Amino acid sequence: MTHHILPMPITEAQVRALRVGDTVTLEETLYGIRDATQIHMFDHGRRTNFNLQGHAVIHTAPNLRKVERVGNNHSGYEAVCVGTTTSDRMERFTRPLMEREGVRIIIGKGGLRDGSLAAFRDLGGAYLAVVGGAAALETTWIEAVEDVDMDDLNPESLYKFRIKGFGPLLVAMDSHGGSLFAKVNDEAARRRQAVLEKLGAA
Amino acid sequence: MSLMSKTEIAPLVVEPAAIEEAAKLLYIRACKILPDDIKAGFTRLDASETDATAKTILATMIENIGVAERMDNLLCQDTGIPIFNLLIGRNVAVDGFALKEAIARGTARATREHPLRSSVVHPITRKNEHTSCGERVPVINIDFTEADRELRLEMIPKGSGSENGSFLQMLIPADGLSAVKRFVVDRVIQAGGKVCPPTIVGVGVGGTSDLCMHLAKIAATRPLGSRCTDAEGAKLEAELSEAVNALGIGPQGLGGDSTSFAVHVETAATHITMNPVAVNIQCHSARRASATFTPAGISIGF
Repeated sequence: MTHHILPMPITEAQVRALRVGDTVTLEETLYGIRDATQIHMFDHGRRTNFNLQGHAVIHTAPNLRKVERVGNNHSGYEAVCVGTTTSDRMERFTRPLMEREGVRIIIGKGGLRDGSLAAFRDLGGAYLAVVGGAAALETTWIEAVEDVDMDDLNPESLYKFRIKGFGPLLVAMDSHGGSLFAKVNDEAARRRQAVLEKLGAA
Repeated sequence: MSLMSKTEIAPLVVEPAAIEEAAKLLYIRACKILPDDIKAGFTRLDASETDATAKTILATMIENIGVAERMDNLLCQDTGIPIFNLLIGRNVAVDGFALKEAIARGTARATREHPLRSSVVHPITRKNEHTSCGERVPVINIDFTEADRELRLEMIPKGSGSENGSFLQMLIPADGLSAVKRFVVDRVIQAGGKVCPPTIVGVGVGGTSDLCMHLAKIAATRPLGSRCTDAEGAKLEAELSEAVNALGIGPQGLGGDSTSFAVHVETAATHITMNPVAVNIQCHSARRASATFTPAGISIGF
């Protein structure tokens, strides 16, 4: 179990060094992405101005306050509360996100499925689990909402966050076929029969 | 002869403006302060958890509750679908239509003035009005209680991760109670980490299809420590609570003992040919807030 501190973006070699059970803290830049963002990007053919090559995206749709666009703030927003949403709904976007945009890391909660695990193996990627519902804490890791794209989709726009000490996050799916979620699901399926027998419902 | 009888004492009158303020306050408060019974539930799970990763995750969740209170911030980014339960006691005079409008105004003001993320869109166009309101939303459930000159407004921001863990099956009598139990266990396995465990698993047994689903919602949003008032339902919730926590799903679906704080069951009479069961899940950010109006004033709680 290794702890990795990763200033983003990273290379394929760096992401392939991550193993299930390791922990990671991200630094510098993180992109926020969501259902509608990816539906528009991959089903409606919209392209983003942001360069996501080697970057991490988090499944989020933040609470924001409108502010003046001054200095490095190109978004016109400041963070009120930034948390994480359930990843499973966005399963089918993992491969295109990696193939077309070059994304290396997906951060979310609840896990992704076999298709994503295959994409991580084929293209070099990983899924990092953040504790869902711990958004007040997560917000303290966000320094600024630097920029925003596709903001007609607000709050499901594409956000560029400046981060500091974003983590620790748990490597829950890696590029070597490892998935903590698959392991837990298999274990639950294995225990099911005994649980039903005890309930008199086998 | 008059159809209206005159009451001896003056009824409690609650002005729509007071309801609007309460609705705004409750939406914001519910998003920030977790009820005491849920905090106690975390303490209980943390003490009994045996898995190291699960203990770390529970510690992070407990830390988050403190950070939200200290920084006056939202516990979770998901402001949910706003649900209001309006419980009207005896000797209460209300303009029901004005109350419904006041609840929506308060919800929209909380969203704009705090500001909160509006998580509510049109179901087909997906357009967001940025008010947390829309057709038939906020969801308003109205019921009547025995309490004299008391009106209670409860607010629940129901997060989508757990609300997507909703299931209904119209089982038949020949399937028996064992099928009801299997349904609950299998839906908890299916939901896995997607519903943000540790959860409260709400189970509805009986009624019609829509009532059964509503029972599951009542069960999922009931305070921890409360029991089903039906003796058979209470027995079922004790058995199922033990069962789901033996599956090893754990906090966030990453393994451990703490899959659920509890399974809650609510029951209703059903038809001789029916055996409906529903599951509605509440995430660990099991948020609630309430305002109780009496002649003595307004008290705010959970």
